[in-house]
Amino acid sequence: MSFKPVILWTDALVYVLVAVIVIFAWQVRRHEHLLAPWRRVGHSASGMAALTILMFFIVIGLLDTIHLRPAIENGNGGSEAAYGVEVLSLLDLLATPLRTQVETTYSAPFATHLYARETVELPGGGQVREFPRLKFGGAHLQDPETQLFGDIATRAGTGAGLALLLWFLIATSVTAIVAHCRGERFVSTLSTIWQGITPVPWRAVFVTLALILLLGGAALALCSDYHILGTDKVGQDVFYQSLKSIRTGLLIGTLTTLMMLPFALLLGVAAGYFRGWVDDLIQYLYTTLSSIPGVLLIAATVLMMQVYMETHPELFDTIAARADLRLLFLCVILGVTSWTGLCRLLRGETLKLREMEYIQAAHAFGVSHWRIISRHIIPNVMHIVLITTVMDFSGLVLAEAVLSYVGVGVDPSTISFGTMINAARLEMAREPMVWWALFAAFTFMFALVLSANLFADAVQSAFDPRMKTLSALARTWRRKSIGKSA
Amino acid sequence: MNSVLEIQNLETVLHTELRPVWAVDGLTLQIMKGETFALLGESGCGKSITALSIMRLLPEAGEIVGGSIRLGGEDLLLLPEAAMRNVRGKRIGMIFQEPMLSLNPVMTVAQQIGEVLQRHFDLRGQAAEKRIVQILDQVGIPDAASRMNEYPFQFSGGMKQRIMIAMALAGEPELLIADEPTTALDVTIQAQVLELMRGLQQQGGMAILLITHDLGVASEMAHRVGIMYAGEIVETASREAFFRGPAHPYSRKLLAALPGRDRRKQGHRLDAIRGNVPSLSREFVGCRFADRCDQAWELCHQVAPGWTALTGEQQVRCHLFNQNFGSKIVKPAVSGQAGAPATLDAESWEFESFPSAGTEQSTPDGSLLSVTDLKVYFPIHKGLMRRVAGYVKAVDGISLRIDRGKTLALVGESGCGKTTAGKAMLQLIPPTGGSVRYNGVELVGLERNRLRRLRGEFQLIFQDPYSSLNPRMRIIDIIEEGMNALGVEDDGKEPKEKRVDELLESVGLPAETKWRYPHEFSGGQRQRIAIARALAVNPKLIVCDEPTSALDVSVQAQILNLLRELQRNLGLGYLFITHNISVVEYIADEIAVMYLGRIVERGTVDEVLGSPRHPYTQALLSAVPVIELESKRKVIRLHGDLPSPANPPQGCHFHPRCSHVMPVCRKNYPGASIFSSTHTAHCYLYPQDEEQSDRKTQA
Repeated sequence: MSFKPVILWTDALVYVLVAVIVIFAWQVRRHEHLLAPWRRVGHSASGMAALTILMFFIVIGLLDTIHLRPAIENGNGGSEAAYGVEVLSLLDLLATPLRTQVETTYSAPFATHLYARETVELPGGGQVREFPRLKFGGAHLQDPETQLFGDIATRAGTGAGLALLLWFLIATSVTAIVAHCRGERFVSTLSTIWQGITPVPWRAVFVTLALILLLGGAALALCSDYHILGTDKVGQDVFYQSLKSIRTGLLIGTLTTLMMLPFALLLGVAAGYFRGWVDDLIQYLYTTLSSIPGVLLIAATVLMMQVYMETHPELFDTIAARADLRLLFLCVILGVTSWTGLCRLLRGETLKLREMEYIQAAHAFGVSHWRIISRHIIPNVMHIVLITTVMDFSGLVLAEAVLSYVGVGVDPSTISFGTMINAARLEMAREPMVWWALFAAFTFMFALVLSANLFADAVQSAFDPRMKTLSALARTWRRKSIGKSA
Repeated sequence: MNSVLEIQNLETVLHTELRPVWAVDGLTLQIMKGETFALLGESGCGKSITALSIMRLLPEAGEIVGGSIRLGGEDLLLLPEAAMRNVRGKRIGMIFQEPMLSLNPVMTVAQQIGEVLQRHFDLRGQAAEKRIVQILDQVGIPDAASRMNEYPFQFSGGMKQRIMIAMALAGEPELLIADEPTTALDVTIQAQVLELMRGLQQQGGMAILLITHDLGVASEMAHRVGIMYAGEIVETASREAFFRGPAHPYSRKLLAALPGRDRRKQGHRLDAIRGNVPSLSREFVGCRFADRCDQAWELCHQVAPGWTALTGEQQVRCHLFNQNFGSKIVKPAVSGQAGAPATLDAESWEFESFPSAGTEQSTPDGSLLSVTDLKVYFPIHKGLMRRVAGYVKAVDGISLRIDRGKTLALVGESGCGKTTAGKAMLQLIPPTGGSVRYNGVELVGLERNRLRRLRGEFQLIFQDPYSSLNPRMRIIDIIEEGMNALGVEDDGKEPKEKRVDELLESVGLPAETKWRYPHEFSGGQRQRIAIARALAVNPKLIVCDEPTSALDVSVQAQILNLLRELQRNLGLGYLFITHNISVVEYIADEIAVMYLGRIVERGTVDEVLGSPRHPYTQALLSAVPVIELESKRKVIRLHGDLPSPANPPQGCHFHPRCSHVMPVCRKNYPGASIFSSTHTAHCYLYPQDEEQSDRKTQA
């Protein structure tokens, strides 16, 4: 099958981001002193477990980032291949059954019948109002009432069994690699991992991995024949929507922060470091900006952009390109309006840092302002940046939901947690209630944000030398018995 | 049986991430009624943990695992927590180090003392108020009845410490634990507080457990002394016996590490103890001091020494004094002077005046740095428009001169403007007026780029080694920073890394430490790194801003030795900013005494310390605690505290606290009185130099 690759704006930025991370990782690997704190991250059990979960989200997000336009069969068989107008991602292609098996309207998770009565013509004439069978969900069952449970259990069991096998393979190969690196025998490494006394908490990673793989395996085995999280109003699979939302969430969380960081970092540090009129100017700027209602500002900008897009349809060759640009602009606008909080924090911290004696020592060496800022101040405020970034991550995902509700969020054709939650607003008011869309959005978002928070926690405590004593205190309770026995 | 406190075999463990730390390991001591017991030792020896163990106020990670603490025969460790609350504040009072942090800033003084009275005596209302006034009077708070309703921030540092003492006394305790009660205070205030504590003890007959690292304070206050090292007491003795002849090698080293003028005259290095206090988390076999002891032999490394009684009350934990090893006894050097056995390993030093190295660009008068009439004023902004309402005259016209290879000490109480003056000389704070000439080049108003080229010539060492190194940079980056900024050693002949190795070795650190981060080092090691950083750019002048005041005595000795050695080898000039007179005596050639932004007296060390002329200098010197067995000196008490530099007194700044005040002192600032070519003072007690005083009155 031939296809034409498509690189949307956000895709390009994601590729840049990935490239930066890879270069950074390569740099870190070469320098022992940069590697040391990351090692400490690797030694935190909660951090590594969270990272395992995050990896799944990131993989899904990346799969959803590689866009292409598949070739369509053109009847005349000409030399020039024609490509469909629909831009698909790798994830879409992998999840083709999920994407294409569309019911007519709501159906509950694992249901075989629709959630709403419909008037059905009987073969012998006459009409009856009933819950019709779904076109795809459980369509292979003869007698859903009796077979449903058994079928689900068998499929889930098979999927989980395969997943377990995969897990076993991964665990064995990781253990073998670890054993090889440490120059130990496989069995002894296995037993140290089992006892949880390896420096890198492999046991926690394996347990998390097992949980994810079991859930994922079962879901994979089931999702082609059932709507495991139900369907929405137009009959689209909610599980598919949730998977698609991951990319939007990750993008809003990361790209917005990228847009915001230069403003917050430069202005905040400059205000605190130079003081005087620079400080006054920047303070007035962010005080003014933060006193304008954010939603108003965003709405105005988004509407302006929307008008521009509508008057220039020739700029976009596909709907996806349009939706994508709108998403990017939303990130930019959110970034431009949300730097004030971090800026204020950084200004305060810099005011404190500039009086530190090592900064004065640098002044005494005649070190230039720029070098003092980049070598002394910025590394010492990075923990604040990191914490704020991760805390903002969840806030931004929610902000997107709020904006979608007002109608100035992502493009209606973009699937996001925001649009899902927004739709759920009406569904919750419906009787009988449709709960699964909200439930799915909530679960996915919760897992994403929680694991990001846990990972950031681990990073923070590893990078901040002052945090060490605190963690030492926290562990004392576990060690109490040692003192008594000694 | 009139012992107030009896501790038997106390063992306290701190649980940390890696392994338990035996902070106090088998401590035994006894304090009698009306007695002051001084617990002496370096930081990290477990002194404060001992105090907290007695109060049972250990941090969460701490645990008392053995022993007994008897207060008047009652074992505190067996009491339930509720009963313990009746002991704290009532039977045992405690004074902490930092008066600013020990008082609640949102409660008035009366409320805070009233809390104690209500808890332990159920006194309220009128009765409580009466008692509060009485207690505050007792600790010497003037006008107690009206000031008791003020908040802590309205009191000065010394007054706050008095209030802390008042709170500790409110419960009329049998035992007062004073944990470094004067470490955060200036010497003149310290003298007031120590005298107050002595007076209170004589009235009330309470026992005091004084925890300190300052041998001088111990010698002034204590009846008995206990030396603590690595979690255990290694020597106990009466004050007289201890200061006449300390027995344990550690005690002797501690006394020998004290700087002073005699040391300098004898031309000795200070007797620094090599290494650091060992980590208390490890298992000890043998004597804990053996690794740092010069007299250790195999037995010391194998068997932990028991107690050996010497004459009188003196007891020591050292194999040297055990009868069975009689041949090894080294008679403790008995000398009237403060533990002067400098023979131990002191190498003689020749202090020839330095033949000014690098005299290529010597100035006519041979001075390295000359400062004339330097002023630093900080504007006070007020109101909505941030109008300048006045100035804090932090430095108000000081003049001084530093010669090549010489040390000028700038002495004064905290808040007198010493540090600001030092920074203004290096142009780290823009001076408001005056001139600073380095090698004949005027630095004030010099443009940034030209100043930057000169930066390498003068450097700075800071007081707090914990905040003077960037925690996120490796040692090599820290040291290379200045070299990079100033383009030092860029000729390619000598790689920078090698230069860093040399620098680290020259300050006594192994070269491989350069890959580490600052938090992996102890305070003394950090200070060495800070010195190496300053030396990296080959300076000729170093401003040392209290470089040893955050360090222990033995480490202080190491740093002072290092500084002198560097001065001898490299011909450095030092401006030594400090409040520690004994350090000045040891290291300085000249002294300038500063009071409220002005220099009140200047001269060579011998002139100023030998025959101080200004009443302030006299008071300052008399307030320094000294180790003398027959203390004959009279402390000249200064009233009150340092006035605010925003609103200095009219006339002589010192007149409100001066005991020789005359009417003329209240009108004009005195001009210089010249005693010799080097010795001058500003005081009306002495004939004024006409020309000078005219100029002053006009200004």
